[in-house]
Amino acid sequence: MSAKRPYVRPMQGWWKRDPYFISYMWRETTALAVALYAVVLAVGVVRLAQGEAAWNGWLAALKSPLSVLLHLVLLAAMVVHAKSWFEIMPKTMPAMQMGGKRVEASTITRAGWAATAVATLLVLGLAWGW
Amino acid sequence: MRRSHAPIFWLLFGAGGMLAALLGIALVFVTGVAVPLGWLLPGDALAYPRMLAFAQNGIGKLLLFAVISLFAWHAAHRLLCTLHDFGIHKGLAAKSLFYGAALLLTLVVGWNLLALGF
Repeated sequence: MSAKRPYVRPMQGWWKRDPYFISYMWRETTALAVALYAVVLAVGVVRLAQGEAAWNGWLAALKSPLSVLLHLVLLAAMVVHAKSWFEIMPKTMPAMQMGGKRVEASTITRAGWAATAVATLLVLGLAWGW
Repeated sequence: MRRSHAPIFWLLFGAGGMLAALLGIALVFVTGVAVPLGWLLPGDALAYPRMLAFAQNGIGKLLLFAVISLFAWHAAHRLLCTLHDFGIHKGLAAKSLFYGAALLLTLVVGWNLLALGF
């Protein structure tokens, strides 16, 4: 090994080496779904501001089989995102104490899912026409 | 020492990630699956008069703005970090591209929401 060219461990394709790394990469690709959905909604807001015909065009585009397929993929990605978000939450938030004891990680994760369940019911209720 | 601007992006990332975890599933299901296929929800759930009223309501406007812009900032920050995993250093060019895209989306949505009136 010469001093001028020290050995550097190749990192090319590192995430294919271990199933854990592959699942990590899947988790990270859900950010792509969040980005894509933000664009879909942003287009919706722009079309809404352009008037009824433009808005109905956006709704019609959402009805195309390709769009429904895409949104099914986005839906799965959102579930993966929520799952990983709530699993990581106990590690990223400051330690929580309750009754002198540290709150279990699994309790925090479950609380996150409970909040999502409530929020989901609220969105469905709003769409239903409360 | 110059203050780091990292906490700002981290905050936007965290807020967007939390909103996506709370609302992402429901919103994608309503706008992308249930309403287009006519499942479960009434067919006029996203009809023009309803959505116009929602977007002209102060709370509705704020919700739309928060969801769309924070989703964008969350994704921009995270995709930027994922670039590093693929061996691309997040330099000024990459940062400008990703945060710039999020900023653009924020401005476009903000402008159109204001244009929709109250």
